[in-house]
Amino acid sequence: MSDATPPAVITAAEVTHLAGLARIALRPDEIEHLAGELTQIVDAVARVRRVATPDVPATSHPLPLVNVLRDDVVGAVLTPEQVLAGAPAAQDGRFRVPAILGEEQ
Amino acid sequence: MAGEAELVRLTAAQLAERLDRREVSSVEAVRAHLDRIASVDPDVHAYLHVAGERALQQAEHVDRDRAEGRAASPLAGVPVAIKDVLCTLDMPSTAGSRILEGWVPPYDATPVARLRSAGLVPLGKTNMDEFAMGSSTEHSAYGPTRNPWDLTRIPGGSGGGSAAAVAAFEAPVALGSDTGGSIRQPAAVTGTVGVKPTYGGVSRYGSIALASSLDQVGPVSRTVLDAALIHDVIGGHDPHDATSLEEDWPSFAAAAREGAAAGSFEGLRIGVVHQLDGAGFQAGVRQRFGEALKRMAERGAEVVEVQAPNFEYALAAYYLILPAEASSNLARFDAVRYGLRVDPGDVTVEQMTALSREAGFGPEVKRRIILGTYALSAGYYDAYYGSAQQVRTLVQRDFDACFAQADVLVSPSAPTTAFPLGEKLADPMAMYLNDITTIPANLAGVPGLGMPIGLAPEDGLPVGLQLMSPAREDARLYRVAAALEAVLEAEWGGPLLDRAPALGLHGAGGTIRSTPGTAPAPGAGTEPDGGTA
Repeated sequence: MSDATPPAVITAAEVTHLAGLARIALRPDEIEHLAGELTQIVDAVARVRRVATPDVPATSHPLPLVNVLRDDVVGAVLTPEQVLAGAPAAQDGRFRVPAILGEEQ
Repeated sequence: MAGEAELVRLTAAQLAERLDRREVSSVEAVRAHLDRIASVDPDVHAYLHVAGERALQQAEHVDRDRAEGRAASPLAGVPVAIKDVLCTLDMPSTAGSRILEGWVPPYDATPVARLRSAGLVPLGKTNMDEFAMGSSTEHSAYGPTRNPWDLTRIPGGSGGGSAAAVAAFEAPVALGSDTGGSIRQPAAVTGTVGVKPTYGGVSRYGSIALASSLDQVGPVSRTVLDAALIHDVIGGHDPHDATSLEEDWPSFAAAAREGAAAGSFEGLRIGVVHQLDGAGFQAGVRQRFGEALKRMAERGAEVVEVQAPNFEYALAAYYLILPAEASSNLARFDAVRYGLRVDPGDVTVEQMTALSREAGFGPEVKRRIILGTYALSAGYYDAYYGSAQQVRTLVQRDFDACFAQADVLVSPSAPTTAFPLGEKLADPMAMYLNDITTIPANLAGVPGLGMPIGLAPEDGLPVGLQLMSPAREDARLYRVAAALEAVLEAEWGGPLLDRAPALGLHGAGGTIRSTPGTAPAPGAGTEPDGGTA
């Protein structure tokens, strides 16, 4: 099944990469600490591969429902004011954010 | 009028009867609980927010309606505590996280809306592990909750606040959420009752998502009947949740009353899951579990051993599926739409998001997001997430095989009684093992009920029993649990919680010992005055 043999050790470089993907600006000490912990956790959870033979189908939902549809009418929706009420910054009925692109982009 | 001390010890069912007979008002009931919270919550720290005046105003409204013959439901006027994972229009909803500190949602979660429609009065929001990630509430950004049986010990998690609130008589009933045991494990260690309904039985709309295919909202209480009464109110189809079942549910309260009246297990086949039977568990847990089985066998139950060989892999599968789903769900905390924003002024929106998430998430949340991101990474997806989903199929098949031989399955709810605060905080894998008995039900979507079955002889702390039934057969759990509760309480001469130590003894013997770790002091970040800042 697997298209790669997972490594036995998760390195600090890998945690740095994952933190980038997950949009968390981890401190160097957090990265070091997490690398050690994740190696231990991944080692423990890798045992799922022992019984996951190709003949076993995957389950993503405990009680699958199909074709959950509703009539194509406007439902109970929030007003723009309600939507923006929790925003850290808003202006002219929109969420306000800093620059989208940095100088290097 | 009953004294306040007596009012808070009533079950929701008893209180509802008195309210109905107008022997007590909702204002009196709510005030009694607010006074109780003021007296014991500085020690217990079950609440992150107390509704205060607002709860009294709502109670007044309910009293007026009842006086005019318009009681919304038989439970109208009964106070209820709400786990902070559920969105509430008039109270902050933080999910125990710094990233949502002070956030007041623009809508009510469906279970909360249904409680309000039935006239129940929210007392406040209860403490929890951040985003429901944990088994001890020690991962709350606002400091841990303490176990009312022993203030130096954990109340379980993630819903330790709701369990401690009902155990400490700070609310008769509460709402919880259960992704891998977060209702049932706290029930076990606090001597209370908690139910994870069939997946899709209760709407998840407005429940801040941890792992969408595992999360389920359910009742927390001191008695089986009270849990059933709340389940009757919050359950049923909700078009806002696409995974909500369109089912004609029977009355769970009626099932609980039937079970209590019968007090017999004649014709019931009870399956003891060999893989969860307590080998390696604390001695006192095993002893009480064996005794509970004996009581049921003496009254007609046929006890059989059943095999679920793939349960051995359930914990591993869970700690891949949950982080994977959580890493995706928690991507919504982007410092744009709501929540904490850290903006030093010279950064891009992407850097701002990363700095805000670094500041707003605690260590366990970061750990699981990174783990989930890893499990979903190109190259490892099949080996980890894919394999975990296959294990999920195997666990479901094991349940099918077990339920072919037994009407209900049983196990201890948790491997040990409440452990000391701080004991497992530095060892994530040790913490994860707390949910070994409860996780299979979430993977398969079947309902599970946790209830007290006694105190462990070695430490005098509560032990819980877990009952599981096939999907959609929640009523069976209430029937069996109410019967066992009746048998045990007759034997004990009253509820187990009667034996819990008295609380609220500030300065009279020093009930608080120092908390290990670096968590903020209880009360930090909370708003005891009922403010919604």
